[in-house]
Amino acid sequence: MSEAAPAPQVRVVDAPLAAPSATQGLLEVFRRRYLLRLLVRREIQARYQGSVLGLFWSYLNPLSQFFLYWFIFGQVMLRGQNVETFAIHVFSGFIIVHFFTETFSSGTRSIVRNKSLVQKMAVPREMFPVSAMLVSLYHVVPPMIILLIASVAYGWLPDAGGMLAVVLALTLIMLLGTALALFFSTANVFFRDFGSAVNLMLHFVRFGVPMVYPLTMIFARLNDFWTEVYLANPLTIAVCLFQRAFWVGSTNDPAATDAMNMPSHLFERSLIMIAVAAVLLLIAQRVFTRLENKIPERL
Amino acid sequence: MAVSIQVENAVKEFTLRYHRNLKDLTVAKIRGQQTTDSFRAVDDVSFTLEQGDTLGLMGLNGSGKSTLLKLVNGTMRPDSGSVKTRGRIAGLIATGAGFHPQLTGRENIYLNAAILGLSERETNRHFDEIVEFADIGKFLETPVGHYSSGMYARLGFSVAVHVDCDIFLADEVLAVGDKPFKRKCMQKMQEIRESGRTIVYVSHAAGSVRKMCNRVIVLEKGVKAFDGDVDEGIRFLKYGNDEDQPDEVDNLDADDDNLGADI
Repeated sequence: MSEAAPAPQVRVVDAPLAAPSATQGLLEVFRRRYLLRLLVRREIQARYQGSVLGLFWSYLNPLSQFFLYWFIFGQVMLRGQNVETFAIHVFSGFIIVHFFTETFSSGTRSIVRNKSLVQKMAVPREMFPVSAMLVSLYHVVPPMIILLIASVAYGWLPDAGGMLAVVLALTLIMLLGTALALFFSTANVFFRDFGSAVNLMLHFVRFGVPMVYPLTMIFARLNDFWTEVYLANPLTIAVCLFQRAFWVGSTNDPAATDAMNMPSHLFERSLIMIAVAAVLLLIAQRVFTRLENKIPERL
Repeated sequence: MAVSIQVENAVKEFTLRYHRNLKDLTVAKIRGQQTTDSFRAVDDVSFTLEQGDTLGLMGLNGSGKSTLLKLVNGTMRPDSGSVKTRGRIAGLIATGAGFHPQLTGRENIYLNAAILGLSERETNRHFDEIVEFADIGKFLETPVGHYSSGMYARLGFSVAVHVDCDIFLADEVLAVGDKPFKRKCMQKMQEIRESGRTIVYVSHAAGSVRKMCNRVIVLEKGVKAFDGDVDEGIRFLKYGNDEDQPDEVDNLDADDDNLGADI
Protein backbone atom coordinates (compact mmCIF):
# COMPACT_ATOMS: atom_id res chain seq x y z
CA MET A 1 0.00 0.00 0.00
CA SER A 2 1.16 3.51 -0.65
CA GLU A 3 1.43 4.47 3.01
CA ALA A 4 3.78 1.53 3.61
CA ALA A 5 6.65 3.38 1.97
CA PRO A 6 8.64 5.86 4.06
CA ALA A 7 8.14 9.53 3.26
CA PRO A 8 10.29 10.49 0.28
CA GLN A 9 13.13 12.86 0.91
CA VAL A 10 13.14 16.24 -0.74
CA ARG A 11 15.29 16.51 -3.82
CA VAL A 12 16.26 19.94 -4.98
CA VAL A 13 16.90 20.29 -8.69
CA ASP A 14 18.66 23.44 -9.77
CA ALA A 15 17.74 23.27 -13.42
CA PRO A 16 15.28 25.46 -15.27
CA LEU A 17 11.89 24.23 -16.39
CA ALA A 18 12.45 23.67 -20.09
CA ALA A 19 11.23 21.71 -23.07
CA PRO A 20 12.72 18.21 -22.89
CA SER A 21 13.49 17.93 -26.59
CA ALA A 22 16.66 19.35 -28.04
CA THR A 23 16.01 22.53 -29.95
CA GLN A 24 19.38 23.96 -30.85
CA GLY A 25 19.97 21.84 -33.92
CA LEU A 26 23.58 21.46 -34.98
CA LEU A 27 24.83 23.43 -32.00
CA GLU A 28 23.33 20.77 -29.76
CA VAL A 29 25.37 18.16 -31.63
CA PHE A 30 28.59 19.94 -30.82
CA ARG A 31 27.53 20.54 -27.24
CA ARG A 32 27.30 16.75 -26.85
CA ARG A 33 30.66 15.92 -28.40
CA TYR A 34 31.20 12.92 -26.16
CA LEU A 35 28.08 11.21 -27.48
CA LEU A 36 29.05 12.18 -31.02
CA ARG A 37 32.46 10.60 -30.52
CA LEU A 38 30.91 7.38 -29.26
CA LEU A 39 28.49 7.24 -32.17
CA VAL A 40 31.29 7.75 -34.67
CA ARG A 41 33.38 5.09 -32.99
CA ARG A 42 30.39 2.73 -32.98
CA GLU A 43 29.93 3.19 -36.72
CA ILE A 44 33.58 2.58 -37.47
CA GLN A 45 33.79 -0.49 -35.25
CA ALA A 46 30.52 -1.97 -36.43
CA ARG A 47 31.52 -1.63 -40.08
CA TYR A 48 34.44 -4.00 -39.80
CA GLN A 49 32.99 -6.27 -37.13
CA GLY A 50 33.61 -9.90 -37.85
CA SER A 51 35.94 -9.23 -40.76
CA VAL A 52 39.45 -10.62 -40.68
CA LEU A 53 41.04 -7.80 -42.65
CA GLY A 54 39.24 -5.12 -40.63
CA LEU A 55 40.40 -1.60 -41.35
CA PHE A 56 42.52 -2.92 -44.18
CA TRP A 57 39.34 -2.93 -46.27
CA SER A 58 39.31 0.83 -46.20
CA TYR A 59 42.67 0.70 -48.00
CA LEU A 60 41.63 -2.07 -50.32
CA ASN A 61 38.37 -0.51 -51.51
CA PRO A 62 39.73 2.79 -52.77
CA LEU A 63 42.82 1.06 -54.16
CA SER A 64 40.81 -1.35 -56.29
CA GLN A 65 38.54 1.38 -57.63
CA PHE A 66 41.56 3.52 -58.34
CA PHE A 67 43.25 0.78 -60.35
CA LEU A 68 40.06 0.24 -62.30
CA TYR A 69 39.78 3.91 -63.28
CA TRP A 70 43.47 4.22 -63.92
CA PHE A 71 43.51 1.18 -66.19
CA ILE A 72 40.32 1.81 -68.16
CA PHE A 73 40.74 5.53 -68.66
CA GLY A 74 44.48 5.97 -68.44
CA GLN A 75 45.63 2.89 -70.32
CA VAL A 76 42.73 2.10 -72.64
CA MET A 77 40.52 5.07 -73.45
CA LEU A 78 42.67 8.17 -73.11
CA ARG A 79 45.92 6.74 -74.41
CA GLY A 80 46.55 9.60 -76.80
CA GLN A 81 45.74 12.38 -74.35
CA ASN A 82 48.98 11.91 -72.50
CA VAL A 83 48.25 13.36 -69.10
CA GLU A 84 51.33 13.47 -66.96
CA THR A 85 51.27 11.20 -63.85
CA PHE A 86 47.70 10.30 -64.66
CA ALA A 87 47.49 7.93 -61.69
CA ILE A 88 47.94 10.80 -59.24
CA HIS A 89 45.48 12.87 -61.26
CA VAL A 90 42.80 10.21 -60.88
CA PHE A 91 43.55 9.26 -57.32
CA SER A 92 43.66 12.75 -55.82
CA GLY A 93 40.28 13.48 -57.39
CA PHE A 94 38.98 10.12 -56.36
CA ILE A 95 39.67 10.66 -52.64
CA ILE A 96 37.65 13.84 -52.38
CA VAL A 97 34.84 12.48 -54.57
CA HIS A 98 34.74 9.35 -52.47
CA PHE A 99 34.52 11.43 -49.30
CA PHE A 100 31.57 13.26 -50.78
CA THR A 101 29.70 10.21 -52.07
CA GLU A 102 30.21 8.36 -48.78
CA THR A 103 28.94 11.30 -46.73
CA PHE A 104 25.99 11.81 -49.01
CA SER A 105 24.85 8.21 -49.27
CA SER A 106 25.49 7.06 -45.70
CA GLY A 107 24.18 10.38 -44.39
CA THR A 108 20.97 9.91 -46.33
CA ARG A 109 20.43 6.51 -44.77
CA SER A 110 21.61 7.55 -41.29
CA ILE A 111 18.28 8.34 -39.63
CA VAL A 112 16.40 5.36 -41.03
CA ARG A 113 19.26 3.10 -39.99
CA ASN A 114 19.18 4.38 -36.42
CA LYS A 115 15.43 3.97 -36.20
CA SER A 116 15.36 2.35 -32.78
CA LEU A 117 17.31 5.22 -31.25
CA VAL A 118 15.38 7.96 -33.01
CA GLN A 119 12.00 6.59 -32.02
CA LYS A 120 12.72 6.00 -28.40
CA MET A 121 15.43 8.25 -27.09
CA ALA A 122 15.73 12.01 -26.96
CA VAL A 123 18.89 12.37 -29.03
CA PRO A 124 19.42 15.43 -31.21
CA ARG A 125 18.65 13.91 -34.59
CA GLU A 126 21.23 16.01 -36.41
CA MET A 127 23.67 13.74 -34.62
CA PHE A 128 23.23 10.97 -37.18
CA PRO A 129 23.96 12.82 -40.45
CA VAL A 130 26.86 14.60 -38.75
CA SER A 131 28.33 11.35 -37.47
CA ALA A 132 27.95 9.83 -40.96
CA MET A 133 30.03 12.72 -42.29
CA LEU A 134 32.69 12.25 -39.62
CA VAL A 135 32.90 8.50 -40.28
CA SER A 136 33.49 9.27 -43.96
CA LEU A 137 36.10 11.85 -43.00
CA TYR A 138 37.86 9.21 -40.93
CA HIS A 139 37.98 6.97 -43.97
CA VAL A 140 39.72 9.68 -45.97
CA VAL A 141 42.87 9.05 -43.97
CA PRO A 142 43.95 5.65 -45.36
CA PRO A 143 43.80 6.61 -49.08
CA MET A 144 45.48 9.93 -48.25
CA ILE A 145 48.43 7.99 -46.89
CA ILE A 146 48.61 5.96 -50.10
CA LEU A 147 48.37 9.17 -52.14
CA LEU A 148 51.13 10.87 -50.18
CA ILE A 149 53.49 7.95 -50.69
CA ALA A 150 52.72 7.80 -54.41
CA SER A 151 53.12 11.57 -54.84
CA VAL A 152 56.44 11.61 -53.07
CA ALA A 153 57.55 8.78 -55.35
CA TYR A 154 56.82 11.08 -58.32
CA GLY A 155 58.95 13.83 -56.81
CA TRP A 156 56.19 15.83 -55.14
CA LEU A 157 57.10 18.26 -52.39
CA PRO A 158 54.61 19.87 -50.03
CA ASP A 159 53.91 23.56 -50.63
CA ALA A 160 51.84 26.10 -48.67
CA GLY A 161 49.34 26.68 -51.49
CA GLY A 162 48.76 22.97 -51.81
CA MET A 163 48.13 22.50 -48.12
CA LEU A 164 45.71 25.41 -48.16
CA ALA A 165 43.96 23.73 -51.10
CA VAL A 166 43.53 20.50 -49.09
CA VAL A 167 42.03 22.36 -46.15
CA LEU A 168 39.69 24.32 -48.43
CA ALA A 169 38.55 21.21 -50.29
CA LEU A 170 37.86 19.27 -47.09
CA THR A 171 36.01 22.20 -45.54
CA LEU A 172 33.91 22.59 -48.67
CA ILE A 173 32.92 18.93 -48.79
CA MET A 174 32.29 18.73 -45.05
CA LEU A 175 29.85 21.64 -45.24
CA LEU A 176 28.23 20.57 -48.48
CA GLY A 177 28.05 16.89 -47.49
CA THR A 178 26.50 17.67 -44.11
CA ALA A 179 23.96 20.01 -45.70
CA LEU A 180 22.88 17.38 -48.23
CA ALA A 181 22.96 14.60 -45.63
CA LEU A 182 20.73 16.61 -43.30
CA PHE A 183 18.27 17.36 -46.02
CA PHE A 184 18.13 13.93 -47.61
CA SER A 185 18.15 11.99 -44.34
CA THR A 186 14.80 13.56 -43.43
CA ALA A 187 13.49 13.20 -46.96
CA ASN A 188 14.42 9.53 -46.84
CA VAL A 189 12.27 9.06 -43.73
CA PHE A 190 9.20 10.30 -45.58
CA PHE A 191 9.87 8.59 -48.88
CA ARG A 192 12.47 5.87 -49.11
CA ASP A 193 12.71 6.75 -52.80
CA PHE A 194 15.20 9.44 -51.88
CA GLY A 195 17.73 6.84 -50.83
CA SER A 196 17.63 5.31 -54.30
CA ALA A 197 17.56 8.70 -55.99
CA VAL A 198 20.75 9.67 -54.19
CA ASN A 199 22.54 6.63 -55.55
CA LEU A 200 21.46 7.61 -59.04
CA MET A 201 22.77 11.13 -58.58
CA LEU A 202 26.10 9.86 -57.37
CA HIS A 203 26.74 8.22 -60.76
CA PHE A 204 26.63 11.67 -62.32
CA VAL A 205 28.89 13.07 -59.66
CA ARG A 206 31.68 10.63 -60.48
CA PHE A 207 31.77 11.59 -64.13
CA GLY A 208 30.85 15.25 -63.79
CA VAL A 209 34.25 16.11 -62.37
CA PRO A 210 37.72 16.17 -63.96
CA MET A 211 38.83 12.96 -62.33
CA VAL A 212 39.06 10.28 -65.01
CA TYR A 213 39.64 12.89 -67.73
CA PRO A 214 41.76 16.04 -67.62
CA LEU A 215 40.22 19.48 -67.28
CA THR A 216 41.95 20.56 -70.49
CA MET A 217 39.50 18.31 -72.32
CA ILE A 218 36.63 20.40 -70.98
CA PHE A 219 38.42 23.64 -71.89
CA ALA A 220 38.95 22.35 -75.40
CA ARG A 221 35.48 20.96 -76.09
CA LEU A 222 33.05 23.21 -74.24
CA ASN A 223 32.44 26.87 -75.00
CA ASP A 224 32.99 29.53 -72.34
CA PHE A 225 29.45 29.43 -71.05
CA TRP A 226 29.34 25.68 -70.55
CA THR A 227 32.82 25.70 -69.05
CA GLU A 228 31.58 28.14 -66.43
CA VAL A 229 28.57 25.88 -65.78
CA TYR A 230 30.93 22.95 -65.38
CA LEU A 231 33.08 24.93 -62.96
CA ALA A 232 30.04 26.01 -60.96
CA ASN A 233 29.85 22.45 -59.65
CA PRO A 234 31.36 22.56 -56.16
CA LEU A 235 32.64 19.02 -56.64
CA THR A 236 34.69 20.15 -59.66
CA ILE A 237 36.30 22.83 -57.54
CA ALA A 238 37.03 20.38 -54.73
CA VAL A 239 38.61 17.94 -57.17
CA CYS A 240 40.71 20.72 -58.73
CA LEU A 241 41.86 21.80 -55.26
CA PHE A 242 43.02 18.29 -54.46
CA GLN A 243 44.76 18.00 -57.80
CA ARG A 244 46.35 21.37 -57.21
CA ALA A 245 47.66 20.02 -53.91
CA PHE A 246 49.02 16.67 -55.07
CA TRP A 247 48.98 16.19 -58.82
CA VAL A 248 50.42 19.58 -59.92
CA GLY A 249 53.45 19.10 -57.70
CA SER A 250 54.09 15.64 -59.02
CA THR A 251 54.46 16.70 -62.67
CA ASN A 252 57.71 17.75 -64.31
CA ASP A 253 56.88 21.42 -64.60
CA PRO A 254 54.36 22.30 -61.86
CA ALA A 255 54.00 25.95 -62.91
CA ALA A 256 53.06 25.02 -66.47
CA THR A 257 50.66 22.30 -65.31
CA ASP A 258 49.05 24.75 -62.94
CA ALA A 259 48.53 27.33 -65.67
CA MET A 260 47.24 24.83 -68.22
CA ASN A 261 45.06 22.53 -66.16
CA MET A 262 43.63 24.56 -63.31
CA PRO A 263 40.65 26.88 -63.60
CA SER A 264 41.42 30.59 -63.21
CA HIS A 265 41.01 32.04 -59.71
CA LEU A 266 40.81 28.59 -58.14
CA PHE A 267 41.11 29.85 -54.55
CA GLU A 268 38.60 32.66 -55.01
CA ARG A 269 36.18 30.20 -56.55
CA SER A 270 36.59 27.79 -53.67
CA LEU A 271 35.95 30.50 -51.08
CA ILE A 272 32.73 31.40 -52.87
CA MET A 273 31.75 27.72 -52.92
CA ILE A 274 32.42 27.41 -49.19
CA ALA A 275 30.19 30.40 -48.54
CA VAL A 276 27.46 28.87 -50.70
CA ALA A 277 27.81 25.53 -48.89
CA ALA A 278 27.55 27.28 -45.51
CA VAL A 279 24.32 28.97 -46.62
CA LEU A 280 23.01 25.62 -47.86
CA LEU A 281 23.80 24.11 -44.47
CA LEU A 282 21.76 26.82 -42.75
CA ILE A 283 18.85 26.20 -45.08
CA ALA A 284 19.11 22.43 -44.59
CA GLN A 285 19.09 22.95 -40.83
CA ARG A 286 15.89 25.00 -41.06
CA VAL A 287 14.16 22.41 -43.23
CA PHE A 288 15.35 19.71 -40.86
CA THR A 289 13.98 21.48 -37.79
CA ARG A 290 10.66 21.95 -39.51
CA LEU A 291 10.27 18.32 -40.59
CA GLU A 292 11.85 16.78 -37.50
CA ASN A 293 8.61 16.60 -35.50
CA LYS A 294 7.12 14.15 -37.95
CA ILE A 295 10.17 11.87 -38.05
CA PRO A 296 9.36 9.46 -35.19
CA GLU A 297 5.89 8.64 -36.50
CA ARG A 298 6.93 8.23 -40.11
CA LEU A 299 9.83 5.89 -39.48
CA MET B 1 8.06 22.32 -3.89
CA ALA B 2 9.32 22.91 -7.36
CA VAL B 3 7.37 21.94 -10.44
CA SER B 4 9.03 18.97 -12.09
CA ILE B 5 6.85 18.20 -15.10
CA GLN B 6 4.39 20.63 -16.54
CA VAL B 7 2.14 19.52 -19.37
CA GLU B 8 -0.27 22.11 -20.72
CA ASN B 9 -2.92 21.23 -23.29
CA ALA B 10 -0.56 18.88 -25.04
CA VAL B 11 -1.84 17.51 -28.33
CA LYS B 12 -0.08 14.95 -30.49
CA GLU B 13 -1.68 14.04 -33.74
CA PHE B 14 -0.67 11.15 -35.95
CA THR B 15 -1.38 10.95 -39.63
CA LEU B 16 -2.37 7.63 -41.04
CA ARG B 17 -1.48 7.02 -44.64
CA TYR B 18 -3.26 4.22 -46.32
CA HIS B 19 -1.17 4.08 -49.47
CA ARG B 20 2.55 4.13 -49.66
CA ASN B 21 3.23 4.05 -53.35
CA LEU B 22 2.25 6.20 -56.26
CA LYS B 23 0.20 3.54 -58.01
CA ASP B 24 -2.03 2.80 -55.03
CA LEU B 25 -2.32 6.47 -54.28
CA THR B 26 -3.44 7.36 -57.82
CA VAL B 27 -5.97 4.56 -57.90
CA ALA B 28 -7.40 5.64 -54.55
CA LYS B 29 -7.60 9.27 -55.63
CA ILE B 30 -9.42 8.37 -58.82
CA ARG B 31 -11.92 6.27 -56.91
CA GLY B 32 -12.36 9.10 -54.49
CA GLN B 33 -11.26 7.08 -51.49
CA GLN B 34 -9.74 8.65 -48.46
CA THR B 35 -5.97 8.57 -48.65
CA THR B 36 -5.00 9.96 -45.26
CA ASP B 37 -6.60 10.12 -41.89
CA SER B 38 -5.44 11.59 -38.65
CA PHE B 39 -6.13 10.83 -35.06
CA ARG B 40 -5.12 12.35 -31.81
CA ALA B 41 -3.03 10.01 -29.73
CA VAL B 42 -2.82 12.60 -26.97
CA ASP B 43 -5.70 15.04 -26.89
CA ASP B 44 -5.48 18.18 -24.81
CA VAL B 45 -3.87 16.65 -21.74
CA SER B 46 -2.72 18.88 -18.90
CA PHE B 47 -1.16 18.06 -15.58
CA THR B 48 1.57 19.28 -13.29
CA LEU B 49 3.85 17.14 -11.16
CA GLU B 50 5.93 18.45 -8.31
CA GLN B 51 9.41 17.16 -7.62
CA GLY B 52 9.04 13.85 -5.80
CA ASP B 53 5.57 13.04 -7.07
CA THR B 54 4.96 9.55 -8.36
CA LEU B 55 2.34 9.30 -11.02
CA GLY B 56 0.75 6.10 -12.22
CA LEU B 57 -0.30 6.44 -15.82
CA MET B 58 -2.99 3.94 -16.66
CA GLY B 59 -5.38 3.15 -19.43
CA LEU B 60 -6.19 0.49 -21.97
CA ASN B 61 -3.80 -0.42 -24.75
CA GLY B 62 -3.70 2.34 -27.33
CA SER B 63 -4.99 5.01 -25.00
CA GLY B 64 -1.94 7.19 -25.57
CA LYS B 65 0.13 6.37 -22.51
CA SER B 66 3.34 5.70 -24.38
CA THR B 67 2.90 8.72 -26.63
CA LEU B 68 2.42 10.93 -23.59
CA LEU B 69 5.54 9.43 -22.08
CA LYS B 70 7.46 10.17 -25.26
CA LEU B 71 6.31 13.78 -25.12
CA VAL B 72 7.62 14.04 -21.56
CA ASN B 73 10.82 12.27 -22.51
CA GLY B 74 11.47 14.65 -25.42
CA THR B 75 11.44 12.05 -28.17
CA MET B 76 8.38 13.74 -29.61
CA ARG B 77 7.24 17.30 -29.48
CA PRO B 78 3.59 18.23 -28.97
CA ASP B 79 1.79 19.62 -32.03
CA SER B 80 0.22 22.22 -29.79
CA GLY B 81 0.37 22.98 -26.12
CA SER B 82 3.58 22.63 -24.19
CA VAL B 83 5.58 20.12 -22.21
CA LYS B 84 8.24 21.32 -19.83
CA THR B 85 10.49 19.36 -17.52
CA ARG B 86 13.15 20.16 -14.99
CA GLY B 87 16.39 18.29 -14.73
CA ARG B 88 17.72 15.13 -16.29
CA ILE B 89 15.32 12.49 -17.52
CA ALA B 90 16.09 8.82 -17.57
CA GLY B 91 13.88 5.89 -17.84
CA LEU B 92 12.74 2.77 -19.36
CA ILE B 93 10.66 3.85 -22.29
CA ALA B 94 12.57 1.28 -24.19
CA THR B 95 15.14 -0.75 -22.40
CA GLY B 96 18.18 -1.16 -24.50
CA ALA B 97 16.86 0.96 -27.34
CA GLY B 98 20.27 2.44 -27.84
CA PHE B 99 22.03 -0.89 -27.83
CA HIS B 100 23.98 -1.80 -30.87
CA PRO B 101 23.88 -5.58 -31.40
CA GLN B 102 27.43 -5.70 -32.73
CA LEU B 103 29.03 -3.88 -29.82
CA THR B 104 29.92 -5.55 -26.55
CA GLY B 105 28.06 -5.08 -23.29
CA ARG B 106 30.77 -2.76 -22.03
CA GLU B 107 30.72 -0.52 -25.11
CA ASN B 108 26.95 -0.41 -25.04
CA ILE B 109 26.87 0.69 -21.41
CA TYR B 110 29.02 3.69 -22.30
CA LEU B 111 26.98 4.49 -25.39
CA ASN B 112 23.64 4.14 -23.66
CA ALA B 113 24.77 6.24 -20.73
CA ALA B 114 26.03 8.91 -23.10
CA ILE B 115 22.66 9.00 -24.81
CA LEU B 116 21.05 9.56 -21.42
CA GLY B 117 23.40 12.48 -20.98
CA LEU B 118 26.20 11.13 -18.81
CA SER B 119 29.79 12.15 -19.29
CA GLU B 120 32.57 9.61 -19.51
CA ARG B 121 33.62 10.28 -15.92
CA GLU B 122 30.10 9.80 -14.57
CA THR B 123 29.78 6.52 -16.45
CA ASN B 124 33.09 5.31 -15.05
CA ARG B 125 31.84 6.08 -11.58
CA HIS B 126 28.65 4.03 -12.02
CA PHE B 127 30.12 1.34 -14.22
CA ASP B 128 30.71 -1.32 -11.58
CA GLU B 129 27.26 -0.90 -10.05
CA ILE B 130 25.67 -1.17 -13.47
CA VAL B 131 27.50 -4.39 -14.27
CA GLU B 132 26.81 -5.86 -10.88
CA PHE B 133 23.11 -5.06 -10.98
CA ALA B 134 22.72 -6.39 -14.52
CA ASP B 135 24.44 -9.58 -13.43
CA ILE B 136 25.74 -10.44 -16.87
CA GLY B 137 29.05 -11.75 -15.57
CA LYS B 138 31.49 -12.89 -18.22
CA PHE B 139 29.23 -11.77 -21.05
CA LEU B 140 30.31 -8.18 -20.52
CA GLU B 141 32.77 -8.45 -23.42
CA THR B 142 30.36 -10.31 -25.73
CA PRO B 143 28.37 -8.47 -28.40
CA VAL B 144 24.89 -7.84 -27.01
CA GLY B 145 23.37 -9.34 -30.13
CA HIS B 146 24.24 -12.71 -28.63
CA TYR B 147 22.55 -11.98 -25.30
CA SER B 148 19.37 -13.70 -24.22
CA SER B 149 16.39 -11.39 -24.11
CA GLY B 150 16.48 -11.42 -20.34
CA MET B 151 20.12 -10.34 -20.23
CA TYR B 152 19.46 -7.65 -22.78
CA ALA B 153 16.61 -6.25 -20.71
CA ARG B 154 18.61 -6.49 -17.49
CA LEU B 155 21.47 -4.53 -18.92
CA GLY B 156 19.14 -1.84 -20.26
CA PHE B 157 17.29 -1.56 -16.97
CA SER B 158 20.53 -1.43 -15.07
CA VAL B 159 21.90 1.48 -17.09
CA ALA B 160 18.65 3.41 -16.80
CA VAL B 161 18.31 3.06 -13.03
CA HIS B 162 21.91 3.99 -12.33
CA VAL B 163 21.75 7.26 -14.17
CA ASP B 164 21.54 10.01 -11.63
CA CYS B 165 18.32 11.54 -12.93
CA ASP B 166 15.70 13.88 -11.58
CA ILE B 167 12.77 12.41 -13.49
CA PHE B 168 12.33 8.71 -13.99
CA LEU B 169 9.96 7.35 -16.61
CA ALA B 170 9.00 3.70 -16.65
CA ASP B 171 6.92 2.10 -19.35
CA GLU B 172 5.86 -1.49 -18.65
CA VAL B 173 9.35 -2.15 -17.49
CA LEU B 174 8.80 -5.02 -15.23
CA ALA B 175 7.20 -7.13 -17.91
CA VAL B 176 10.52 -8.72 -18.74
CA GLY B 177 12.85 -10.72 -16.62
CA ASP B 178 12.44 -13.58 -14.21
CA LYS B 179 11.08 -13.42 -10.71
CA PRO B 180 14.29 -12.69 -8.79
CA PHE B 181 15.13 -9.90 -11.17
CA LYS B 182 11.65 -8.43 -10.96
CA ARG B 183 11.96 -8.34 -7.21
CA LYS B 184 15.29 -6.57 -7.53
CA CYS B 185 13.72 -4.11 -9.96
CA MET B 186 10.82 -3.37 -7.65
CA GLN B 187 13.27 -2.73 -4.85
CA LYS B 188 15.30 -0.42 -7.02
CA MET B 189 12.19 1.45 -8.09
CA GLN B 190 11.28 1.96 -4.44
CA GLU B 191 14.76 3.31 -3.83
CA ILE B 192 14.37 5.70 -6.71
CA ARG B 193 11.05 6.80 -5.32
CA GLU B 194 12.46 7.32 -1.87
CA SER B 195 15.32 9.41 -3.18
CA GLY B 196 12.77 12.06 -4.08
CA ARG B 197 12.76 11.70 -7.83
CA THR B 198 9.69 12.35 -9.87
CA ILE B 199 8.37 9.13 -11.33
CA VAL B 200 5.92 8.50 -14.12
CA TYR B 201 5.04 4.85 -14.07
CA VAL B 202 3.02 3.23 -16.83
CA SER B 203 1.50 -0.06 -15.89
CA HIS B 204 -1.59 -2.20 -16.06
CA ALA B 205 -0.77 -3.88 -12.77
CA ALA B 206 -2.91 -2.30 -10.09
CA GLY B 207 -0.81 -3.82 -7.32
CA SER B 208 2.46 -2.21 -8.32
CA VAL B 209 0.82 1.11 -9.12
CA ARG B 210 -0.67 1.11 -5.65
CA LYS B 211 2.69 0.41 -4.15
CA MET B 212 4.61 2.97 -6.17
CA CYS B 213 2.36 5.91 -6.81
CA ASN B 214 0.61 8.71 -4.98
CA ARG B 215 -1.47 9.83 -7.91
CA VAL B 216 -3.12 8.20 -10.92
CA ILE B 217 -4.06 9.57 -14.29
CA VAL B 218 -6.21 7.42 -16.54
CA LEU B 219 -6.19 8.06 -20.26
CA GLU B 220 -9.04 7.08 -22.55
CA LYS B 221 -8.44 7.46 -26.28
CA GLY B 222 -5.92 10.19 -25.63
CA VAL B 223 -8.15 12.20 -23.30
CA LYS B 224 -7.52 12.50 -19.60
CA ALA B 225 -10.45 10.65 -18.06
CA PHE B 226 -9.40 10.54 -14.45
CA ASP B 227 -6.87 12.38 -12.34
CA GLY B 228 -6.54 11.89 -8.64
CA ASP B 229 -6.28 9.39 -5.86
CA VAL B 230 -4.68 6.01 -6.53
CA ASP B 231 -7.40 3.72 -5.21
CA GLU B 232 -10.14 5.68 -6.91
CA GLY B 233 -8.21 5.64 -10.14
CA ILE B 234 -7.85 1.89 -10.01
CA ARG B 235 -11.53 1.54 -9.19
CA PHE B 236 -12.28 3.86 -12.11
CA LEU B 237 -10.51 1.40 -14.36
CA LYS B 238 -12.25 -1.53 -12.66
CA TYR B 239 -8.90 -3.24 -12.43
CA GLY B 240 -9.14 -3.86 -8.73
CA ASN B 241 -11.64 -6.68 -9.00
CA ASP B 242 -9.99 -8.71 -11.69
CA GLU B 243 -9.90 -12.33 -10.67
CA ASP B 244 -6.12 -12.55 -11.14
CA GLN B 245 -5.54 -9.26 -9.40
CA PRO B 246 -6.80 -9.56 -5.84
CA ASP B 247 -7.60 -6.29 -4.14
CA GLU B 248 -5.36 -6.83 -1.19
CA VAL B 249 -1.92 -7.19 -2.63
CA ASP B 250 0.56 -6.37 0.01
CA ASN B 251 3.23 -8.96 -0.16
CA LEU B 252 5.80 -8.59 -2.83
CA ASP B 253 5.67 -12.19 -3.97
CA ALA B 254 2.01 -12.07 -4.86
CA ASP B 255 2.66 -8.81 -6.59
CA ASP B 256 5.51 -10.27 -8.53
CA ASP B 257 3.28 -12.96 -9.89
CA ASN B 258 0.81 -10.40 -10.99
CA LEU B 259 3.45 -8.43 -12.75
CA GLY B 260 3.45 -11.11 -15.35
CA ALA B 261 0.13 -9.72 -16.47
CA ASP B 262 1.85 -6.49 -17.43
CA ILE B 263 2.33 -7.44 -21.01
